[in-house]
Amino acid sequence: MILGKVCGQIDSTINHPFYDGKRLLIIDKIRPDGSPTGSYLIAIDSVGAGVDETVIIVDEGGSARQIIGDSVAPLRSIVVGIVDQVAK
Amino acid sequence: MLLGKVIGTVTPSVVYTGLEGVPLLLVQPLTKEQKESGKPIVAADATRQAGPDDLIYYEGGREAAMALEVTFVPVDHSIIGIVDNVNLREDA
Repeated sequence: MILGKVCGQIDSTINHPFYDGKRLLIIDKIRPDGSPTGSYLIAIDSVGAGVDETVIIVDEGGSARQIIGDSVAPLRSIVVGIVDQVAK
Repeated sequence: MLLGKVIGTVTPSVVYTGLEGVPLLLVQPLTKEQKESGKPIVAADATRQAGPDDLIYYEGGREAAMALEVTFVPVDHSIIGIVDNVNLREDA
């Protein structure tokens, strides 16, 4: 799992049927101290995360499909948690 | 998934079994601010509706093939959807 910060959302009507009705979040990858690494990803949401929240993302297909309960979904990235605090 | 812009089409004369009829498009990967990032890639179009100048999002790796009708095919990037609107935080 990786840490990220939600920075936006994508609207889409024409998409793969699996993504119908799914919220797509644009997420900056961040370091444990909160600084951005410079790269981003687009993930679906499973916890109701919103913009500016620090989140945990599963970026691995098998685990993501297990969370959704669909073994054939073309899915790799899914938000699985909202972070209150990262302590070091 | 990442954002990309369709910059062209690719028309093969011979394709591997299972890829017949799958549209192949030339995609320029983008940053979240929609600036060009890296070299263009050839992606299969799982939506079958994307065309040049469309802003799209694509998936790479194993999931790219899983988005297509025939799922066990040699494809490493697939267009998953066409973007209507990107809502980015102002300072992001």
